[in-house]
Order: sequence, then C-alpha cells, then structure tokens
Amino acid sequence: MINSKDILETIKMIDEEYLDVRTITMGISLLNCADADIEKSCEKIYRKITTLAKDLVKVGNDIGREYGIPIINKRIAVTPIAMLVGVSGGDPIRYALTLERCAQEIGVDFIGGYSALVQKGFSAGDRALIESIPQALAQTEHICASVNVGSTKAGINMDAVRMMGEVVKQAAEITADRDCIGAAKIVVFCNAPEDNPFMAGAFHGVGEADCVINVGVSGPGVVRAVLEKAPKDLEMNELADLIKRTAFKITRMGQLVGTVASERLNVPFGIVDLSLAPTPAIGDSVAYILEEMGLETCGAYGTTACLAMLNDAVKKGGVMASSSVGGLSGAFIPVSEDAGMIAAAKSGILTLEKLEAMTAVCSVGLDMVVVPGDVSASLISGMIADEAAIGMVNSKTTAVRVIPAIGRKEGDELSFGGLLGAGPVMHMNRSDNSVMIARGGRIPAPLQSLKN
Amino acid sequence: MNAVVSVIGKDRVGILARVATECAQANVNVVEVTQTLLQDTFAMTMLVNIDQIAMKLSEFAQHMDNVGKEMGLVIHVMHEDIFNSMHKIQG
Repeated sequence: MINSKDILETIKMIDEEYLDVRTITMGISLLNCADADIEKSCEKIYRKITTLAKDLVKVGNDIGREYGIPIINKRIAVTPIAMLVGVSGGDPIRYALTLERCAQEIGVDFIGGYSALVQKGFSAGDRALIESIPQALAQTEHICASVNVGSTKAGINMDAVRMMGEVVKQAAEITADRDCIGAAKIVVFCNAPEDNPFMAGAFHGVGEADCVINVGVSGPGVVRAVLEKAPKDLEMNELADLIKRTAFKITRMGQLVGTVASERLNVPFGIVDLSLAPTPAIGDSVAYILEEMGLETCGAYGTTACLAMLNDAVKKGGVMASSSVGGLSGAFIPVSEDAGMIAAAKSGILTLEKLEAMTAVCSVGLDMVVVPGDVSASLISGMIADEAAIGMVNSKTTAVRVIPAIGRKEGDELSFGGLLGAGPVMHMNRSDNSVMIARGGRIPAPLQSLKN
Repeated sequence: MNAVVSVIGKDRVGILARVATECAQANVNVVEVTQTLLQDTFAMTMLVNIDQIAMKLSEFAQHMDNVGKEMGLVIHVMHEDIFNSMHKIQG
C-alpha cells in the first residue's frame, strides 16, 4: 500500500504549492505540407494539425481529472514556418492566420513555430518571415514566434540580431493598445532546443519525429516549500540534495502524464522538460526559492551562485527520474511572471545587469523583461547580442524576450494578464551602440578548447 | 487498477459512511482505509479498486469533488499511479 504520508504530501504539493503539469505540447512536423502553392500549403497544414491534435485538449483534461494533477496548457509546436515560406513564397502571414484557425478549431492555448533558424545565415523565406513577425502577432492571438540567431557551432548572425531589435520594437508598437503584448510572444534564441514544450519559444525541430508528445512540468512552489522547512544552518550541498529529491518527484509525475498522453493519443512520447516555471501566484516563484536559501532579496550578491546551484540540482534530480529529459530543463527567471522577481525589480535591487549575470547560469535568459518604450531598436539588438554571446560561449541556451513599453517610462507597469503577469518598466542605460549593431556580419564561432 | 480517495477536513459524524456509500454506488471496492485525526482535522486515505467502476474515473473524481464541497471537505480521487511514480524508484 502506498503510505498516507506520501499521499498527503502529493496532495499538499498540488493544493497549496501549485504543483502542476504546465503543458502537454504536441510537436507536429509540417515538412510534408510544403507546397509551391501557398494556398495548398495552408490547406495541408490545417488538415494535418486538426487531424493529429483533434483530441489533444480532451485527453489532457481527462488525464488531469483522473490523476488529480492540473494540466494548465495544451499546446502545439510546429516546424519553423520559414521553411514552408521558403518553398511556397508568398505572404507569410497567411501561415500565421492558418495556424490561428487551427488553434481556435481545436482549442489549444498556443501554437509555437512561427520561427526561423538563421544562426549562420538567411535562406529562402527567412527574411520574409522575420519581417512579418510584428504583423503576424498583431493579427493573431494564439501564435508565438521565435528566431534562433546564434549557436556555439555557428557563431552569431549579427544581421539577424539587428533585424530582431527592430522586430521586437515594431511588435510592441503595433500592439501598444494591448499592453505591447506582441513583444511578449517573441523569443530570440541562441542554441535553441528543438524539443522545448514551453512558450513562446517552442518549435518542432527538423530532427524530430513526425509527431511527438512533450511534457513541461513545473513546481517552483514545491521547491520553495521544501527549502522553507530546512534549517537555516543547513549546508548548501544539503540544500542541493533536497532540491534534487523534489525535482525527482516532480519529473516522475511529468513522465507518467507524458506516457499516458502518448498512449491515448497514439503518438510517440518525446521528452519531459523539467523547468521551474514561475507563475504570478504568490508562492510559485523562483525568486522566493533563492530568497529561501538566505538572500534578503533576489538580486543580492550571491543570487547568481544560488541560481547556479538550483539550476544544476533541478537537472540532476530530473535526469534520474525520466527516460528522456530534454527541452530547457532548469530554472526560468521571467520577471513579469514571478511575484518575487517583480518585487525585487520594483525595489531596484534586481537590475538588468544582475539579470544578465543570472542568465549565464539559468536555463534560458532575459525573459519577460519590460523596458522603456522609447529605447532604440539598436539598444534592444545590443541586449540580444550580449545574451547570444553568453549562450554561444557557454554552450547553453540563452534567449531574450523583452517588451518595450510604448508610451511608458521607468517605474510604470505593463499588465499582460494570465500566466504572463505584470512587470515594472526597468532601467536601461542609453549609451549608444548603433555603430556596432549597424556593422552586421557574423561573430565567428568560439574556440571549444583552451578554456579559461 | 486502484485509485486513492483522500478526504481532508473538519471532523464530523458520518464522513466514512458517506464516502463508502458513494464508492459502493459507483461499484468501487474499498480495499484499505487509513484514518488519522490531528486535533479536529480529519484525514483519511482509502485505496479503492476501480476495475468494475460504473462510470469513468474522471466522472467519479468530479462527483466526489462535489460531495466534498457539499460536506465542507476536500475530497480527491486520484489514480494510484501518480503516487507510485512519484514516491517509488521502480514501477
């Protein structure tokens, strides 16, 4: 018999500590939908997605009820649309509208994959897709865009970095009446993972199977609750052990949900992504985990060290618990989605520079950071270039999702609602970098030996 | 196949009786019951067999959730695999 202590612990994790399966994401390859006629291409996409994913929402809800685990989002990730644009030509927004129609038909929360992979250069379709991102996101509700501008093996495509600064700015401008939501649905990656189930950066990589189920589990609240009970003089390595044990349990739950979902949908199981993904709910915060380790406020000296330990311990616990861990797996630090980060940013202790340092050891990057709306596109490109450089040199995924708050200034707030939360406009230094960004070209791939 | 029914809330007369009756009506067989009382908080976990269950497990879970609300208790019905996978290394 399962003992009642374990049962009650699980129930407490779900009821009080916000343990959930954040997403079941179905990855669908659209490679066999490509057609030289954009009309036919869109029709094939619509048919393929609405056939393969027709039961996704129902199956997700059923599993949630039977196992008593909240499954918050059901999502779809597709082949980067730039590849289809490369074949068909035409206006890429047609694809965005087709995906939106699919999302509404099957009731999923998001479709990711309005994407281009341009780390080394642009191929047919890439430029057109990137330029269309602001309009595509303004005209749709459920579509997310991502662009991979760099990798450890290829270096950084600085032409793409320059373009993305402009794209982020425009996306915010044309959705200024909706709290600049367009920019919240764009991620600029370096070393983008091809099996990530989390938005806004999910897409279905070309090395993936035709259709797979990936699961993203979450649980910052559970980890925080465990650390809260730990004595204040417990050594850091013992805290790491507590986190590992907790991550193990959470990942096992994700593995179970993924296995059951893949059986019921008759689709192979891909990976579990164990990411501590905070939500605006009080207590479900990565910043609070760091504060439980003994920091007064997230952003204090020592924050980067605590985050490095947390990120690593989460991975170690997760790897043992699942036959296949993938995606981003680690700790997310989105500012607007995390009550502790919001408070720390408002108090001025958590600055953009500290966040940048934290991104060198967390699982993603500068995420859901609200910046003043009047900063130039080249300053945003500069942030992207810095993040991409951190990822490229450290062989890790980094990303930028910043939202220029059009018409707002430092200290104001943007509110997106739902899981995206609300964030204060953070201070940015305005020192000009336009000559560097205008250079374009490529930053060559870094040496992988002689590491110091 | 088994599921776990857990009941948490303020103690009162007839909790076990009501939950057991609901199980019987759904053709769910009670295998084992553990019950504790911490001051006046009642916590009960029941292992039940659902091989012959008369409805879908998700419907039974929803029904028991409503019963819980009616009685001022929190009742969860969860497939046992969730506990096996989270708390046991193998299985």
